[in-house]
Amino acid sequence: MAYSEELIKSLEEKGQLLRRDCIKCIGVGVAGHVGGSCSSADLVAALYFHKMKIDPKNPEWDERDYFLLSKGHVAILQYAALAERGYFPVEDLPRCKEIGFYLQGHPHLGTPGIEAGTGSLGQGLSLGAGMAIGLKLDNKPNRVYVLVGDGEMDEGQIWEAAMSSGAKKLDNLCAIIDNNGLQAMGRIADRLPSEPIADKWRSFGWNVIEIDGHNMEQILTALDEAEQFKGKPTAIVAHTVKGKGISFAENQVGFHNRALTQEEYDKALEELA
Amino acid sequence: MAETNQRTAYGKTLVELCHQNKDIVVLDADLCASTMGKLVEVEPGLEDRHIEMGIAEANMLSTAGGLARVGKIPFASSFAVFSAGRAYDQIRQSISIGKLNVKICGSSAGCSDFGDGATHQSIDDIAYMRVIPNMSVFVPADANEAVAVVKYMAANPGPMYIRLNRNAYDNVIPEGAEFVPGEPVVMKEGTDVTVFACGIMLTKALEAAKALEGKISVRVVNVPSIKPLNRESVIRLASDVKGVVTAEEHSVIGGLGGAIAEALRLEKVPVEFVGVEDQFGSSAHSYDDILNYLGLTTDHIVKAVEEIYSL
Repeated sequence: MAYSEELIKSLEEKGQLLRRDCIKCIGVGVAGHVGGSCSSADLVAALYFHKMKIDPKNPEWDERDYFLLSKGHVAILQYAALAERGYFPVEDLPRCKEIGFYLQGHPHLGTPGIEAGTGSLGQGLSLGAGMAIGLKLDNKPNRVYVLVGDGEMDEGQIWEAAMSSGAKKLDNLCAIIDNNGLQAMGRIADRLPSEPIADKWRSFGWNVIEIDGHNMEQILTALDEAEQFKGKPTAIVAHTVKGKGISFAENQVGFHNRALTQEEYDKALEELA
Repeated sequence: MAETNQRTAYGKTLVELCHQNKDIVVLDADLCASTMGKLVEVEPGLEDRHIEMGIAEANMLSTAGGLARVGKIPFASSFAVFSAGRAYDQIRQSISIGKLNVKICGSSAGCSDFGDGATHQSIDDIAYMRVIPNMSVFVPADANEAVAVVKYMAANPGPMYIRLNRNAYDNVIPEGAEFVPGEPVVMKEGTDVTVFACGIMLTKALEAAKALEGKISVRVVNVPSIKPLNRESVIRLASDVKGVVTAEEHSVIGGLGGAIAEALRLEKVPVEFVGVEDQFGSSAHSYDDILNYLGLTTDHIVKAVEEIYSL
């Protein structure tokens, strides 16, 4: 499928915008999940600014598509997308993690546009599967998207959900795996190696599409193919770079959840401009 | 004639409710013939309302959370050690923080699955469900009360846990009696000692009160709603007697006894517990054998009442 250059370019810019928002959101001297936010940013931009049927003025719109951030530690990325789509003011982003504030450290039900509390890793795909089952029971066309971290696949519950979603043929469910190759304490390949990821999902009864998670055309193509594919849920294995767009953070384990110095903050915003 | 088995009452009530409300769904983890979710599975017209989730309780509970988010009223059932115990984290993280409308059934609870032993006997589920913010915890005394509680759960929002016995025994609650969350219910008046009891131990508390007639006047109070629990009501029922005994098929740590003691923490009222003394259960040849082994009999309640009365 062909997408206009204009669309591709505008979504690429949205990805960069979300990355800048994440940097502004955490500011200087406060720890935040920059690395995993930057690896997922293009995927999230494609969903929120193009693919998903949503209504920011009516977050609980009955006909909306659902997005769950199973890798909930990159909440700042989802907050950035929601704010830029108009669910709440962009100016509120730096107030994330204030006591009692509606932007908590992990996605929290009650924040406009957040569909469920996520971030206790491994649970988001099951929540999404429950939504998909319920929507099918009501013969509704809404789709459910779940962004899963590759490190998160250590959790056994991911495979429980993969098995039951495959068995129940939840073709209204799409898991997007952010395969950046790193987890909090090091390289996934050095700890619990997750490869071959695509084969694993295929063997659990899923349609699998492998893409470059920073190539907007490939992202859009995969999301459309996932929607058209019937009889199985789709897993999009998106190969990404942790810390993408920030030279000193790319592929660096240390930027999983770290505070930025003033110098790093300025340089990151400059590079993401 | 009314059901005398809480599990059967649960399954039959779910069938009735499913026919009335298209949004109710019932989830099982390969134990639907025990939980009686099977009655929904085999009911004509309700085939798609029973969702078999396989032997994967963690996934079942989070899936129930997702179902609730799209407007369904899921009842997720398994043995208490699995539906509540194995999936504790999912109940806490996926369901309770967001106050999702998920109903959790801890079936074959307490030591009512006497043959299967410690792995299948939940002596701790009231404690770990009760401590979760936003969670309600209900322990119906018998099958009649189970029907009332299940109907309440289906009609009211929020995460709720119901604890059910595996075995049949005679009802002590009238059929059709109203269930009011939070309120202890006086079953028998008395002036010397108050016994607060839940589940099957209510039956034994009533027997104990009868055995003590003429010697000690015992008030017997049913506590089907461990949480919420109206503190003022507990204080009122405890403050005009010499002291209080609690009786439950659960550890003496953190269950009904804990809830009553917490309610009475500013009162000068002695409290004695009848429950499982910080130990696991065991396989047994009969339900009575394991109840006797763990100290959960009418005699144990009689002795506790006498001890309070003699203070």
